[in-house]
Amino acid sequence: MERPKTIIEKIWENHVVHREEGKQDLLYIDLHLIHEVTSPQAFEGLRINNRKVRRPDLTFATMDHNVPTINREVIHDEVAKKQLETLKKNCEEFGIQLADMFHPDQGIVHVIGPQLGLTQPGKTIVCGDSHTSTHGAFGAIAFGIGTSEVEHVLATQTIWQKKPKTLNVHVEGDLGPGVTAKDLILAIIAKFGVSFGQGYIIEYTGDAIRNLSMEGRMTVCNMSIEAGARAGLISPDEKTIEYLRGKRYVPKGEEFERVAEEWLALATDKGAVYDKTVTIQAEEIEPQVTWGTNPGMCVPISGRTPDLSKVENKDEVKRALKYMGLEENTPMTDIEIDHVFIGSCTNSRLTDLRKAAEIVRGRKVHPNIKRAIVVPGSWVVKTQAEKEGIDQIFKDAGFEWRDSGCSMCLGMNEDIVPPGGRCASTSNRNFEGRQGTGARTHLVSPEMAAAAAIAGHFVDVRKFQEVLQ
Amino acid sequence: MEAIRNHTGFIYPLNRDNVDTDQIIPKQFLKRIERTGFGKFLFYNWRFDEKGNKRKDFSLNDPKYSRATILLTGHNFGCGSSREHAPWALLDYGFKVIIAPSFADIFYNNSLKNGILLIEMDERQIRSWMEKAERSQYHLQIDLEKQQIRDEENNIVRFNFPEEHKEKLLNGWDEIDLTLKLNDKIAAFEKAGGIIA
Repeated sequence: MERPKTIIEKIWENHVVHREEGKQDLLYIDLHLIHEVTSPQAFEGLRINNRKVRRPDLTFATMDHNVPTINREVIHDEVAKKQLETLKKNCEEFGIQLADMFHPDQGIVHVIGPQLGLTQPGKTIVCGDSHTSTHGAFGAIAFGIGTSEVEHVLATQTIWQKKPKTLNVHVEGDLGPGVTAKDLILAIIAKFGVSFGQGYIIEYTGDAIRNLSMEGRMTVCNMSIEAGARAGLISPDEKTIEYLRGKRYVPKGEEFERVAEEWLALATDKGAVYDKTVTIQAEEIEPQVTWGTNPGMCVPISGRTPDLSKVENKDEVKRALKYMGLEENTPMTDIEIDHVFIGSCTNSRLTDLRKAAEIVRGRKVHPNIKRAIVVPGSWVVKTQAEKEGIDQIFKDAGFEWRDSGCSMCLGMNEDIVPPGGRCASTSNRNFEGRQGTGARTHLVSPEMAAAAAIAGHFVDVRKFQEVLQ
Repeated sequence: MEAIRNHTGFIYPLNRDNVDTDQIIPKQFLKRIERTGFGKFLFYNWRFDEKGNKRKDFSLNDPKYSRATILLTGHNFGCGSSREHAPWALLDYGFKVIIAPSFADIFYNNSLKNGILLIEMDERQIRSWMEKAERSQYHLQIDLEKQQIRDEENNIVRFNFPEEHKEKLLNGWDEIDLTLKLNDKIAAFEKAGGIIA
């Protein structure tokens, strides 16, 4: 009998075009997603060397990173405008399908891939964006690449890659009520660190993972890169199949049933061995809030900022606390915020917005909050949310309801947090200056961000009702 | 890509772990469509205050490091975003070699594709050189072919380097050219898998 294999090994072996002892593998790429920020120099390289795009049909482009989320018709930033126009021009010249800012398929690249059914189990997927790991939720090997690699994939539809080691993150038990996929991945990174995944592709397993919705699984896989991993994925199951059924780019009818069987067969075999396994208990996880300047600087909502006398990396903690304008040993629930951002490729899907809206319904954003914005992940998400009246719930509470894009996650457009501003954000990075120069970011789930918007400070969403009374 | 075989230069010690690409080059500089001219934005928010004046509390602004071409730093350097603008900024500023205990994955690949030599090295050795470079200008001689570094005391320290990257760096090969030589294999793979345009 053949040796049991992980899904990672199966997909990898299915895509090796060329292999030489002691060298990297040349892997075939099934889907290449592109956007305006990391592609212009790649297209320019093709032109200089008189090269073509090998497979425009396996390439799909959108505009997300620097698009305005309000009054899209007028872009004041000339440099950003030129970057967007350049993508349009490049897509026309090389025959690549583009969902531009006004297209109904437009959205954050990691939201629209799954939504259109471009993302499928067993595929190799790359994009010039580190959060490409999101697509791993469907049982694909999906990873971020740089612009030179974008150019390489455009020209050859392949990429040179060292075969990564396999890491099993096993989540035992189930998450408690009010504890989300975001809390789970933040707790994993807090426990094991921001580089524990270096050199690995992670497979997430366990009941808590199985019980997550596809959207929750995307949230978990999305932040694999914040653990330093090349990619993160989850073996496909019936939920994966049902999510994809009927999507535009998946096969139809009997053909769908046939590929669905193939997809399910990709799941890791019983008895397969990983290079490393770590385990975390789901029941012990509380809603999480980051206090510092990387996603590993994170504690449960019942926790406090670190005690300097008790940490090993004192300089790093001290610098982070200083940047964040926080004292050591401060209860997280004492931290007051003035900005709220619900959006990003981590948490801008319909379920995220529905859950946040449940908290917000019938309440008002705290008067100390200078700005609270909701940025749906795509036009489709936005339209569906509006059909359900979710936009009205947010607007009634005092949130701004915007058009889709990356927005305040990285502040490349006008959606920035001002210097010294403090933001409860559903995004993925709390790095210095990420949401704006001098801005302070606290990463949380959509429910926790919504609750903080109402209370004006962080609260345990599970006790939210009593806090307000 | 320019070939790199040997490099002799002064050290700039940046004694921090987990330096992310948002620090190396902040997002407001990612809108340009060129590959060049990013050096002046390197570590922008650490180097300059709100008014664009040099910050005295950031060591890269110390004139003693103005000629530095070798960056010595901590664990997980280059974590975060996949922006290749980070290695473009480092290279354009003048850094040719980066030595750290570990590098983030995407940053590592991006740097090699631009001919920056990334060397993984034992933390104790890095600290020892950092301390010397913090006191006064300190230089290293790096030989990629022999995979060794000679310091000012004539100590020779060996380093590991992946063979497949070494060949490309030493020769400054264009990776796309190399891959296109395998065009028949790529076409055969597409045919066998039914991935026909």
